[in-house]
Amino acid sequence: MRELKILGVVTFFTAVLYWGVEPFAHTQLHPHVHAPDYTYEDTDDVRAGKTGNVAAGKSLIVDQYQCQSCHSMTVDGKTIGASMDLGVMTPDLTTAGLIYNDRYLAAFIADPAKAAQVAHKFEDGAMHPMTKLDLNYDGTFGDDDAQAVADIVAFLKSIAPAELTNKEVFADACQRCHSIKYGDYYGGSMAAKGDVSKYMGTTPPDLSQYIRSRSKGYLHEFINEPAKHLEGTAMPRVGLTHEAEDQIVTYMEEVGDSKKAEREDLGPKFLAYLAIFAIFAFLWKAKIWREVH
Amino acid sequence: MAKIEESLFSAEGFDKRMAAGKFWKTMMTEYWIPKDINFLWAMGVVLAVTFSILIISGIFLMMYYKPDIGMAFDSVNYTIMQEVAYGWLFRHMHGVAASVIFLIIYIHMFTGIYYGSYKKGREMIWLTGMLLFVTFSAAGFSGYMLPWGQMSYWAAAVITNLFAGGSLEAWGLVEWIRGGFAVGDATLTRFFMLHVFLLPLVIIMVIVVHFYTLRIPHVNNQESEEIDFDVEAEKYLAGNKKESKVIPFWPVFLSKDFAVVGVFLIFYFYLVFYNYNFAMDPVNFDPANAMVTPAHIYPEWYFLWSYETLRGPFFDMFGMKAMDIGLIIFGFAQASFMLVPFIDKDPDILPAFKRPKFHIWFWVMIVDLLVLTVYGKLPPTGANAWVGFYATAGFLVLFAALPFVTKADAKARGAL
Repeated sequence: MRELKILGVVTFFTAVLYWGVEPFAHTQLHPHVHAPDYTYEDTDDVRAGKTGNVAAGKSLIVDQYQCQSCHSMTVDGKTIGASMDLGVMTPDLTTAGLIYNDRYLAAFIADPAKAAQVAHKFEDGAMHPMTKLDLNYDGTFGDDDAQAVADIVAFLKSIAPAELTNKEVFADACQRCHSIKYGDYYGGSMAAKGDVSKYMGTTPPDLSQYIRSRSKGYLHEFINEPAKHLEGTAMPRVGLTHEAEDQIVTYMEEVGDSKKAEREDLGPKFLAYLAIFAIFAFLWKAKIWREVH
Repeated sequence: MAKIEESLFSAEGFDKRMAAGKFWKTMMTEYWIPKDINFLWAMGVVLAVTFSILIISGIFLMMYYKPDIGMAFDSVNYTIMQEVAYGWLFRHMHGVAASVIFLIIYIHMFTGIYYGSYKKGREMIWLTGMLLFVTFSAAGFSGYMLPWGQMSYWAAAVITNLFAGGSLEAWGLVEWIRGGFAVGDATLTRFFMLHVFLLPLVIIMVIVVHFYTLRIPHVNNQESEEIDFDVEAEKYLAGNKKESKVIPFWPVFLSKDFAVVGVFLIFYFYLVFYNYNFAMDPVNFDPANAMVTPAHIYPEWYFLWSYETLRGPFFDMFGMKAMDIGLIIFGFAQASFMLVPFIDKDPDILPAFKRPKFHIWFWVMIVDLLVLTVYGKLPPTGANAWVGFYATAGFLVLFAALPFVTKADAKARGAL
């Protein structure tokens, strides 16, 4: 009984200590932010209820050279346009309709810096490398522009593949700026696709160990809206869908915590073995101490 | 020397040459331990087991670790964690054991304080134990630098910078310790040497002395009863095992230790597999970057209480700078518990529950250390700074009060 009481005291103080330096300290060190929002309802609804027309969207891009003067994409099995280096490599749009939320995508086409929450980077005459969509160059976002955005989004969704691997989503959404070198340590294929250090002001970090250095919850909150955790950051909000973001975080885990399955498989075996060891140790102790008590 | 006829390769021959039987008796079967003990007396063996885990896992880690600022991070986080078979297991075992060993050291230490096991013949046990605490702290700190993550770098920068305090700066001490003007490659390689060679060597030697200092005065017991070990040992050897107040180290004492070790290992491996972030700070999975200071810099949990005594005095007092006062208190905190046998003025060896005022002192000290630990991790702003200030002041007051507290107990008992 006395031993149990002592064990209770030791356990209590150890638990208080643990609570103080871990869960409690983390609530104090990391401010709470609201949960990720994958509806992107806080971005402008630029389509204003207009229904997109796939054929019209295709005509805008293929015939009128919207988008494809700076972006590549695969349409009907053929690559059109070309990616180019505007400080940052312009993305290929083939998968955009799958991995980006359509409301966000529309808002981005209408006003890239605003939707991406990086307007603070383009003051004093600096311009976002992608211009706002303005069909008749009248300087305002009119009804025809709203319809065009709806058509383009509808078209991008129509050409997007039905699904992508986790790695492909990462490559399309993150790798233009971020490397994840542990993804291909000796081959080097997971390096960033361009040098964006001048454009961003700093080299964006390698993401190999972000699954260990940030919690999953933090990664989701951050990717969904970087400014929430890092005010004034150069990293744009990219508008990923919930599914695409899950795939990215899963890929980061596959790369950064590649032994997770082995760890989870081995843990119960170790503990079961030790439980048996402890039982035998107690039985042996009881046998030995019977002689002296 | 007597001439030995028996072959070295016979049991008698070996025994005659090495006195193995006598050694075994002295260290094991006739090394007498009081019977009236509880599981806290097993912490020494738990520590020995944890230290063995550290040595073995450390040897495996050293086979792949690269002590170079360009390679250290990847050698740990890629080579060891992802490529080497079970490298992740050895790293988790090493990191978690390094943290858990301090929990056990603190339990071991406060068991000694609670039962009065540090005085009147046991001072050398206490002092070598405290020396082990200091060397383990140095090993923990030097090891934390090796993965070369953000916390490795910034903890090294902050702690080595303490040696630039006050007049120490004029000696160039901090540059001498770092091997340069800033923490860099030279710092990493010398801390690597300390961590894998010099400190383990010193620790092993001090452990041997710690065991030796314990052998002659014998360990204390739950009631601090004075036992005539010769008389009780005779009773035991004559077969009156139940009547005797002592038990032999082997197999009786160790059988209990193994049972405690069994439970401890379940707890330890649970942490290794499922709850390791407390020992392997997530911030340290960002590579070291001298250009980016982490939002919060804090040491590992076991240094937090003394770290908080450094930050406690946050404003200038008595014509001295806050930083200098903090440094002095921090320096005192490192050595403070070494003083306990000498400022405890009670002539009797008694457990805390038989010393009413000391009993209160003990628990107030535990609570104060807990407060210092928790606030040592929080940002020292607003109310936090004041909590740290008063907890630091409380720590000093507790030490100043100990001679009076212990004397008052002794007087009330009529011992003085």
